[in-house]
Amino acid sequence: MADEQRTSLGAQIPASADEGDEHSGPAGLPARIREGAAPESMRALLPAIEPERRLNDWGRSERIEGVFDRTLLDFFYRYWFRVEVEGIENVPSDRGALLVSNHAGALPPDAPMIAKAIREEHPYPRPLYLTVEHFFKGYPGFSMLIPKIGGVAAHPANVHRLLYDEQQLVLVFPEGRKGTEKLYRDRYRLRRFGRGGFVEAAMRAEAQLVPTCVVGAEEAMPVFGQVDALRRLTGLIYFPITPTFPWLGPLGMLGYLPAKFKIRFLEPIDTVELGGAEAAEDKALVQTLAQEIRARIQESLHEMVASRKSVWFG
Amino acid sequence: MSAPRDERSRRVLVTGLSTYWGSRLAQALESFEHIEAIIGVDNRSPTRELERTEFVRVSNQHSLLQRIVRAAEIDTVVDTRLVVNSLMASPRAAHENNVIGTMNILAACTGADSPVRKFVFKSSAHYYGSEQDDPAFFTEEMRRPHSPHSALERDIVEAEQAVSEFAERNPDVTVTVLRCANVLGPDVDTAFTRMFGAPLVLMVLGFDPRLQFVHEDDVVHALEHSAFHLTPGVFNVAADGVLALSEIIGLLGKRPLPVLPPWGTSLVAGPLRQLGFRIPDEVVNQLRFGRGIDNRLLKATGFRYGYTTREAVLNLGEHLRLAPVIRGVEQTYTYEREVEEFLRWSPYVRRERGAERSGVAADREPLGI
Repeated sequence: MADEQRTSLGAQIPASADEGDEHSGPAGLPARIREGAAPESMRALLPAIEPERRLNDWGRSERIEGVFDRTLLDFFYRYWFRVEVEGIENVPSDRGALLVSNHAGALPPDAPMIAKAIREEHPYPRPLYLTVEHFFKGYPGFSMLIPKIGGVAAHPANVHRLLYDEQQLVLVFPEGRKGTEKLYRDRYRLRRFGRGGFVEAAMRAEAQLVPTCVVGAEEAMPVFGQVDALRRLTGLIYFPITPTFPWLGPLGMLGYLPAKFKIRFLEPIDTVELGGAEAAEDKALVQTLAQEIRARIQESLHEMVASRKSVWFG
Repeated sequence: MSAPRDERSRRVLVTGLSTYWGSRLAQALESFEHIEAIIGVDNRSPTRELERTEFVRVSNQHSLLQRIVRAAEIDTVVDTRLVVNSLMASPRAAHENNVIGTMNILAACTGADSPVRKFVFKSSAHYYGSEQDDPAFFTEEMRRPHSPHSALERDIVEAEQAVSEFAERNPDVTVTVLRCANVLGPDVDTAFTRMFGAPLVLMVLGFDPRLQFVHEDDVVHALEHSAFHLTPGVFNVAADGVLALSEIIGLLGKRPLPVLPPWGTSLVAGPLRQLGFRIPDEVVNQLRFGRGIDNRLLKATGFRYGYTTREAVLNLGEHLRLAPVIRGVEQTYTYEREVEEFLRWSPYVRRERGAERSGVAADREPLGI
């Protein structure tokens, strides 16, 4: 992989249009503003919330989420990873916002920890939707559970509806699968940020972009190798070798080491100021912005790792 | 921001009069006095009692249809024939009806001197399919990401293609396509009403799909709305709310039976049909991946739904509990040509126009009037 070398800060990397976009879905266009109807009026036509229901239209269940939150997530957040949060004020309390983060770990602990951090630390907490691979919708078990706890398939149309129509918080990992597949020796080296699809989605939705850095996830579940034959056999998207997986069976996926977690939210970028939905057509601007965000996260990660005295105690 | 009313719709042709939708729509249209003529065509006799709708038994031959259209100066054609359940007709009959039939009806409406000003086509959300990499909500401009695997879905895509070509070639005809979600209701017979009628509802192991429905009355109202308003384009028809299958089973008070295997579901669906669990091909994938569609565009034309998905499910639940009690009480209707002709045309029959309203319009104020 050529991009393993690309760690220099702020380097202008030319737009590459080969495989590996995080939005590797179909060519479904994000719903553009419908002709003849103002966006506000289309927003007003969204289905009303039915208070009798336990699930929302995305299949999210407050009840199941609450159970997870109070038990497993609370334990990991407080006592296992002892999460420290910086810059929570950079997470907007209104309008749609897209959180862009680095990604690591075979069953990544970073997404639930970021969601939990917002719930715990933010003065006006909002639910965070996590974009996940389409793969999970087709795998039994995952398919049932992931929507219930706030996972949404990383389809551009889904991101657009959440950001633009529903004005929600969405978390995206532009490295996608390339981030979770990478080995321990490549820790804190950001993979390529796809084709900048996430920037385009945020611009179309006139949402804010919040670069987010997570330190600790790489050590919590170091991946020593990938076994391609077993991946094909199990039908999973990757088959990692970690300290506990596959040795302890599927539960080994939860065998996190108690690394100290630090989450830093960087200053948000308002896409409206950059030209909003119209500027989303400008591929050069989209690429530049994607690289800029990648550089900011990488720089901040280096700084955080450099100032860390111990992997386990921070 | 609602669509303008179309005052010119006065003489309506309903194709597929003997289908559930055709007869429901004709019943609803009968209650509007400004509708001068309602003519229904089909190759089977109607199964619902109609008061003033003229039934003509004709197959999908375009030359005969064209003569009817011209002779009766039809200005509005509502096509309700589409077969959307592959278990209701053989693949051959479904293709004949959905593709060849649509082409014939479109041909009957074409021509420089055609009186037709509006064409409403009832389509289905099967147009979008149901796949792993689908968006959570389909909007009208989206195309399905993969080509269809079932013959029925292929036919629906082809039929819509024919309708959109017709719309392009005839710019002065208002063409409305309604893509209806799966329908629920006490009266209608669909794959899902059958599935939910059983005491145990089959699920695919490890999957809890998001499903969206629409109530039968809302579909009739949507057809009526399109006939009376200028709404060119494609519209999704689906109630508010996308429910997880487990949620639906809970609302109905049924028990889930998660025994369908996650892989090779279609292979098992065949033998299950023999056992009485009749799951059509186009529904098998929905039991894994579900389907949600965006319904805002139709609402933006001024249409309002009477039921949310949850309310439609509850309404079906009430009916399912009541059905064993009232079974056999309802009288079935049989069409007798001589009797119908006597009732319509004999000078001895006393007619009090507008005194009695029937159909959906009786329950609610007619839309936009």
